[in-house]
Amino acid sequence: MSETAVDEMSFEQAMAELEQVVGKLERGDVALEDSIKLYERGAALKKRCEAKLKEAEEKVAAITLNTDGEPTGTTPVEGL
Amino acid sequence: MSDLFYDPVPGENSPEFSVTEISGAIKRVIEGEFGHVRIRGEVGRVSMPRSGHIYLDLKDDRSVISGVIWKGVAGRLATKPEEGMEVIATGRITTFGGQSKYQIVIEDIRPAGMGALMAMLEKRKAALQAEGLFDPARKKKLPYLPEIIGVVTSPSGAVIRDILHRLRDRFPRKVLIWPVAVQGAACAPEVARAIRGFNAMTPGGALPRPDLLIVARGGGSIEDLWGFNEEIVARAAAESEIPLISAVGHETDTTLIDFVSDLRAPTPTAAAEHAVPVRLELLSWVGDAQARLGNALTGRLDRSSQRLRDLARALPRPETLLDGPRQRLDVQSDRLPAALIRSVQIRRVTLSDIAGSLRPSLLHRATAAERRRLAALAPRVAPALSRSTKDRRNAFEAISVRLSSRPISADLGAKQRTLADLTRRLTEAQSRRIDEVKTRLEGLDRLRETLGHRATLARGYAIVHGDDKVVTNTAAAAAATAIEIEFADGRFKLGSAPTRKRNPKKPPEQGSLF
Repeated sequence: MSETAVDEMSFEQAMAELEQVVGKLERGDVALEDSIKLYERGAALKKRCEAKLKEAEEKVAAITLNTDGEPTGTTPVEGL
Repeated sequence: MSDLFYDPVPGENSPEFSVTEISGAIKRVIEGEFGHVRIRGEVGRVSMPRSGHIYLDLKDDRSVISGVIWKGVAGRLATKPEEGMEVIATGRITTFGGQSKYQIVIEDIRPAGMGALMAMLEKRKAALQAEGLFDPARKKKLPYLPEIIGVVTSPSGAVIRDILHRLRDRFPRKVLIWPVAVQGAACAPEVARAIRGFNAMTPGGALPRPDLLIVARGGGSIEDLWGFNEEIVARAAAESEIPLISAVGHETDTTLIDFVSDLRAPTPTAAAEHAVPVRLELLSWVGDAQARLGNALTGRLDRSSQRLRDLARALPRPETLLDGPRQRLDVQSDRLPAALIRSVQIRRVTLSDIAGSLRPSLLHRATAAERRRLAALAPRVAPALSRSTKDRRNAFEAISVRLSSRPISADLGAKQRTLADLTRRLTEAQSRRIDEVKTRLEGLDRLRETLGHRATLARGYAIVHGDDKVVTNTAAAAAATAIEIEFADGRFKLGSAPTRKRNPKKPPEQGSLF
């Protein structure tokens, strides 16, 4: 099992490992003790996935440019 | 004389111009006649110096005309002229009197029809392909779930709305819009600048760097989309470190940026679909995974506990395990005392059997036999000793007979004779040698006598000695206290007086000698 901290994983990483964990557990070829550890890891991964999915906030901003075309900041965009 | 300068010929009245006058007259005629012309031709050599003006040649198979595009016009051009491009140039002809030249000042220049434009695009495409910019290996993988999406497009219009709607439906994200002109001359530089600008941002900075870019534009004529065919746009997209989706025009339109982007979406909406997964699907997948996880563990536990129960059932009761051994113990315990008694009895019988045969007469018999053996051997000791001594004496005598002094004395005699002989020869040789040396010595002495001064003296010469030194001049003779003259037969003293030797330097005494 990879040692990457679950809290630092991207959604994709967490999802891929969760899939792996579930598959391993479903095949049932792990020792009982390991299977409990796997379950715990799986639960943590699932939590991470859910957290990433909850961050589904829309925030649209347009970049403001100065006369030279250099970005100076952003301005919120509404109503599109 | 009259040939040397111009002499007006009577009757000739054509006017006389200065060079500037004629040059100006030509300029007026040409600019009046060709104040607005359209010229179709192929662009020849193009040079774009730092000044911003563009100098080029227009040519066909037989003629060439120089052209210039002033900086102000050059900035407005939709299409920059490139060598080999078939163009129509609009402008006015002017002259350049300083060099006796004429040229066209171009107000507008554009490809001569669609064919010329497409030919130019193909050429550009081939060049970029040769550089490897379209290589599939260069294409970056899009992030599965980008955090921030940068969109390069017009801030108003259907395109950005379509993208935002589709993102909202699938997975709302943070979106940064970099507003650009999506057609006209400003389009290409602005789009290129936007792509580079997004790449220049730092992740987590004041302006957060997107992890996915979408460059989008709605449908339009090929001229409208032309900015996305420009090389600067294609190069900026190829250099982008952030994965880039291009969505320019309708599905049938393909622009240069589509070849270098990491993914070409047919429409802006499709770009949004490629950009993010569907959130609800993911949520359901996660729920599903959770259920599978739980089921898998429960199943695993159920199987384990079932197996445990099965095994437990198969275990025998502890009492039954002990029954057999306990019975064996009982049987053996019963047999133990009898076995001990029998064992002792058997050993006792063996002991009594052996003890019965052990008697003194047995020992006597053995001693007597050994004594008889000793008595038989004893008489044989003395004869054996004397026989051995006799054998050794005989051997000694045999050897001593061979030991005699005769060979040694014979050898001694021979060596004495040799010694006497050698002594005699040594003596002879010695005396012979002495004789030889004596003879030689006499010869040499004779030689010495003849060569020595005595022989000279015999011929009448004499040597003067004074005070035991040879006197060779008058000064030495005057200084000497006594003078002797040596002749062949002896020395003659001149008035020497032993008493006067004490004061040898007194002149009167010396004078009295004469």
